[in-house]
Amino acid sequence: MTELTSAASTAPIYVYEKPVRLWHSLNALLIVVLSVTGYLIADPLASLKGEASEHFLMGYIRFVHFSAGYLIAIALLFRLYWAYAGNEHARQIFLPPLLKAHFWQGVFHEVLWYLFLVKEPRKYIGHNPLAILAMHFVFVWGVLFMIVTGFALYGEGAGQGSWQHTLFSSWVLPLFGSSQSLHSWHHLFMWLIICFVLVHIYVALREDKLSRQSMLSTIVTGWRTFKDVRPVDDESGA
Amino acid sequence: MTETFYDVMRRQGITRRSFLKFCSLTAASLGLAPAFAPKIAHAMETKPRIPVLWLHGLECTCCSESFIRSGHPLAKDVILSMLSLDYDDTIMAAAGHNAEAIVTEIVEKYKGNYILAVEGNPPLAEDGMYCIIGGKPFVEQLKYAAESCKAIISWGSCASWGCVQAAKPNPTRATPVHKVPGLANKPIIKVPGCPPIAEVMTAVVAYLLTFEKLPTLDRQGRPQMFYSQRIHDKCYRRPHFDAGQFVEHWDDEAARQGHCLYKMGCKGPTTYNACSTVRWNEGVSFPIQSGHGCIGCSEDGFWDKGSFYERLTDINQFGIEANADAVGGTAAALVGAGIAAHAGLTALNRAKQPGAEKQ
Repeated sequence: MTELTSAASTAPIYVYEKPVRLWHSLNALLIVVLSVTGYLIADPLASLKGEASEHFLMGYIRFVHFSAGYLIAIALLFRLYWAYAGNEHARQIFLPPLLKAHFWQGVFHEVLWYLFLVKEPRKYIGHNPLAILAMHFVFVWGVLFMIVTGFALYGEGAGQGSWQHTLFSSWVLPLFGSSQSLHSWHHLFMWLIICFVLVHIYVALREDKLSRQSMLSTIVTGWRTFKDVRPVDDESGA
Repeated sequence: MTETFYDVMRRQGITRRSFLKFCSLTAASLGLAPAFAPKIAHAMETKPRIPVLWLHGLECTCCSESFIRSGHPLAKDVILSMLSLDYDDTIMAAAGHNAEAIVTEIVEKYKGNYILAVEGNPPLAEDGMYCIIGGKPFVEQLKYAAESCKAIISWGSCASWGCVQAAKPNPTRATPVHKVPGLANKPIIKVPGCPPIAEVMTAVVAYLLTFEKLPTLDRQGRPQMFYSQRIHDKCYRRPHFDAGQFVEHWDDEAARQGHCLYKMGCKGPTTYNACSTVRWNEGVSFPIQSGHGCIGCSEDGFWDKGSFYERLTDINQFGIEANADAVGGTAAALVGAGIAAHAGLTALNRAKQPGAEKQ
């Protein structure tokens, strides 16, 4: 904390490196694509007339869904590597300091802030503790769940002997009991991620206006600017 | 008893020609090369017949009904007569105490060598009193027969998963064979389906006899040769699915054209079975070919997965029946309303404390 306290000025700090920002926007795009195509797979568009050989609509929708699924999986793998290779902020949402009392005080303070019970939020160079909690448990684990169940569903079509079936379907299907239950869970988690996205966008806009540091410009540039000169409250090394 | 399958068949008046046809068709249905037909014939000619005990618990006998309609004519003549030589209370001649005595006789005479085929499952509630066979709970007969068998075949969804009697709330605690506590640890082949396809059933028996080992099973204990793909993967209506051509109503043009039944709740995409390839009644048809969606009868807990006519599964945990879209959509709407309310409060709060941000 001591080294970070030196940031007690409004001078901008470079927080989110290029790969982190790229991952963020790629995720935003892929989540929209995956949710729309996923919804259309579960509840297809109106039936097409004519010969089956003239159309390939479901095929294309499923192709887009599977491709986007591969991309989000590869992006997460790369991002995990970057959590290791990048700066300290790159691992913040992967390794929340759950054992530190100061972190939980921060979470509590942030909850009070959202309940209008404290006059001002704390000041952070990285994410605030509540955000870390939500991003770690809802987003990171949620997306990982979707990737694992998604590949398990894909492996059903790819068939036994395919690496998707060997690595995923072979143990995920028995875990969920049946393919139908697996489909339902995959579908439900889409809604969980949509709920996360709604809250995520709302608080980002709100914090941009009300918090003591920049939000929206930081998403684009990676630089954090501050609205006051008092010391920051980040966990040391987090 | 050293009688072979072939001896039994000849005694039943079956010609050698018909016998060989049966062997090659069995090889084909097992997905084996033509070279295996003579091997099957050889096995049936030389190996002593493996006795099969066919027990019935809580069930509707649809497995037996399916079995005796095995598309191959010899299956019903031959395999059935061989099974009935031992024990199958639905179709054997003996009745009462004489019949029950056969179970004890087989168990003692063929210790470790007979196949135990189980149709239906035991209810465990009230010490098994909901299913009494010969004055004793079925669960006791099952455990007794399982103790010295070579392997167990769980016929149908009842024995494999529990089926309708194990559907919620399952008042009798009907329990599939592999989950019966205290059952001897024997290899179990699940042949789910309500009922399973006749040719699949006879082929599993033929495989056991020919190779004297279990067919390759998947992680859930089903023979891979019949349960490794979904109905959807081999469905003849699959091109309509890929094209985006669906039946929307039972009487629309698409229904007449034979388009995909996905939107009518067909469970083909989530059901592992061989209906779309082997089909039923000597290969005449199967549910989807008859214009009705698959109900997923070979899947675990298919009775508790909501309507047969809905694509999305009902989720009963939410008090009222709801599907993933209703639950998720409601959650998203609530989150949205919460956000709007929170944003309103934020604005109100800000209006009340002018200059708060400039502290």
